[in-house]
Amino acid sequence: MASASSIASTHFHAKVRWHPLEIVFWLCTLLPFVLTPSYLSLASQIAITALFALSLDLILGYAGIVSLGHAAFFGVGAYTAGLLAKHYWSEPLSGLVIAAVAAGVVGYALSHIVVRFRHLALIMLTMGFGLLLHEAANSASALTGGADGLQGFRVPAVLSFKFDMFGRSAYAYSLAVLFLCFLAARRIIHSPFGLALRGIRENALRMPAIGAPSRAHLRKAYTIAAVMAGIAGALLTHTTSTVSLETLSFGRSADVLVILILGGAGRLYGGIIGAVIYMVARDQFSGINPQYWYFWIGLLLVMVVMFLPNGILGGISALYKKSK
Amino acid sequence: MELALSTRNLNRRFGSLVVAQDIALELPQGVRYALIGPNGAGKTTLMNLMTGMLAPDSGQIFLAGEDITSLRADTRVRKGLARTFQINALFPRLSPLEAVTLAVLEREGHAHNWWRGLPRFAGPIDEAHAILQSLKIPPTRETRELPYGQQRLLEIALALATRPRVLLLDEPAAGVPKDESAVLFDAIANLSRELTILFIEHDMDVVFRFASRIIVMVGGRILVQGPPDEIARDERVREVYLGKAHA
Amino acid sequence: MLSSAVGVLFDGFAYGMLLFLLSVGLSVTLGMMNFVNLAHCSFAMVGGYATFHLMTRLGWPFLATLPMAFLAGALISIVLERTLYRHLYRASDLDQCLLTIGIVFISVAAYAWFYTTEQQSIRVPDWLQGAQHVGGMTFANYRMFLVVVGLAITALLILFLEKTRFGARIRAAVDNQRMARGLGIDVDRAFMFTFALGGGLAGLGGALSIQVVGLDPTFALAYLVYVLIVVAVGGLGSIGGSFAAAVVLGISDMAGKYYFPWLGAFLIYLVMVALLMWRPAGLFGKR
Repeated sequence: MASASSIASTHFHAKVRWHPLEIVFWLCTLLPFVLTPSYLSLASQIAITALFALSLDLILGYAGIVSLGHAAFFGVGAYTAGLLAKHYWSEPLSGLVIAAVAAGVVGYALSHIVVRFRHLALIMLTMGFGLLLHEAANSASALTGGADGLQGFRVPAVLSFKFDMFGRSAYAYSLAVLFLCFLAARRIIHSPFGLALRGIRENALRMPAIGAPSRAHLRKAYTIAAVMAGIAGALLTHTTSTVSLETLSFGRSADVLVILILGGAGRLYGGIIGAVIYMVARDQFSGINPQYWYFWIGLLLVMVVMFLPNGILGGISALYKKSK
Repeated sequence: MELALSTRNLNRRFGSLVVAQDIALELPQGVRYALIGPNGAGKTTLMNLMTGMLAPDSGQIFLAGEDITSLRADTRVRKGLARTFQINALFPRLSPLEAVTLAVLEREGHAHNWWRGLPRFAGPIDEAHAILQSLKIPPTRETRELPYGQQRLLEIALALATRPRVLLLDEPAAGVPKDESAVLFDAIANLSRELTILFIEHDMDVVFRFASRIIVMVGGRILVQGPPDEIARDERVREVYLGKAHA
Repeated sequence: MLSSAVGVLFDGFAYGMLLFLLSVGLSVTLGMMNFVNLAHCSFAMVGGYATFHLMTRLGWPFLATLPMAFLAGALISIVLERTLYRHLYRASDLDQCLLTIGIVFISVAAYAWFYTTEQQSIRVPDWLQGAQHVGGMTFANYRMFLVVVGLAITALLILFLEKTRFGARIRAAVDNQRMARGLGIDVDRAFMFTFALGGGLAGLGGALSIQVVGLDPTFALAYLVYVLIVVAVGGLGSIGGSFAAAVVLGISDMAGKYYFPWLGAFLIYLVMVALLMWRPAGLFGKR
């Protein structure tokens, strides 16, 4: 009979080990360089969106905070990187770090308020903060360019890899950053802190009864998610050399929510899968009037909620369990 | 020797509904007391007040002599006051091992750690496993798949993982069929004698089996308290349960 | 100075009446069933387009279209409630949000298909156009009409809820659903009726707002934020709360646009965030 502690550690080890499919997946992310070299700019956008969705997963999928204003941090990161490049220096890696810190500071500040609320008040507050920041950026046009966005700067290269219209450096840069952040997210999920977040999601009321300082945990998670979203925003600025007001918009907050739900929240890869499907589909149907694109998204949302509540990954996982 | 847990002049009302009036309770170390009373008497509310889930209008609560009245719920747990819930408050999609390990990690202060993998925390994992084994709870299935009796045991396991000095059990056998409750009560009987226990219970057999003292609550007030045989003979208690005609 | 202040107050109050009509249904249904229906403004849009269609394609007079707008809003909300919403009463906030956002997207696209994305307008009867000039101040006729209609409907609602038995049942169900069921109140029917009433009022509000803010398919989303603010700030399930919040919001918006135009909507959002932080359950919400 296996010893007690080997059963115990196997249980946890099993979840931490890299599954072969994961390795295959990440190897496949290198394929666009070879198979679809004309789509590398799109691939770069997908990687950035995937990172943004991953950051939302940390608070939504793992801690259970429903946020309709996550774009606030994406925008803060984007604008910080843009302002830095426009007025100071255009080296992207240091810009990335500073943008991450800026988004983290804003996230940390807001987290003190956000973690005190639940249900409708929480949804409204996150939406409200997003709207406030959007309006502020709109009004402060001397600084941000207002509705026209931040223009007139260029980020020429990262580590001497030039950004050009083929997008090779852009995709390599975005993919590398995505992978590093993914590794960090994976580490967090499989750590004691990650377990605590899942505890909060499963039963927020029980957590204090086992001695858990829930609000402190949530503030931390919210800050980490803000940092990651800020990094994604900065990536967008670096790879496109513009910042638009749209990066702070409610539309972007809603889109990333749809993407995460589509892929499946709380499964680490849900945001990435969702981003791939959503962005590829949008690119293929880019000829259609935006109205009608949103019709299909609306229909998809209704279908997902009624029939596939755990997103695509959840559906696959359920099928897999049934076939055993 | 100081009291393990005590309250002084504890009061709480919701509008015109008084749920706790002038509650003065004293639990010496190592005792097992039962809290009984009709439905709506305020027993669970009292536990909520003591654990910090509900704030009192006035009064004080002392844990091992320390005033904990203004402390947050999780702080009180870390000082040694734990409870179980009458209706299961578990983590549906975590396994029992994950849940109890989490409780141990929180106690040891490791839960803020986001850079070391869980398998590296062999100590807490083994401790959690040992607790589950002593209560005969299977460790690796999802909590929501466990039979109800084992879920009630998991409630207790979670509370024990916090290494409490005082344990509040809210109807530990609620909803558990008679044949499964034997395991439960064996587990309770085997709890360390150093632990101070206050439990809410409706089954008088259980009360008389375990309690060295019974506290009777009615309408938010403590009606009477004393050793079991005294309470059994007390006319007021009979009246409360059976009505004046039968007293 | 004073006359412009009075003007702002009046216009703001009229705008508040509009917001109240648009929001009261959502407040009551949220308070009753805790169902986050973000598609509420789609019902308003349905009512608005009903009026538009009847007036421009079928030549109906304005006032006659108003009951139809109410009916259109009520009907569409019942259909949605019976087919989709009732399955999700126990679902998470997130799922309800997502479903109803999906419905908003579908409705926006559907109306864009049938009526194009152009801003539409209607010609209200002559006696509703123009303004009264009193002591140097101007009071637009249509705005006065809005105030009258708004107050009348508020009075009717309060009378209905306070004085009728059915109203009492609805109040009970909002206050404590389980208890109400235990008392034998058919909560599901009460809810369906309330939902229809709320949807109808939204439809009416949508129709009345064409003259003030115009009509296009993005109405369902554009005013959602304002409606949510009214509901969240006023408190779920509270008609008085919705009224107060709508008036405060209407006046703040007008004042903001008049005195601090460079702030844009910033003032509104700031007021909302501040109020929510102070009273998370809303000004008059259940604690």
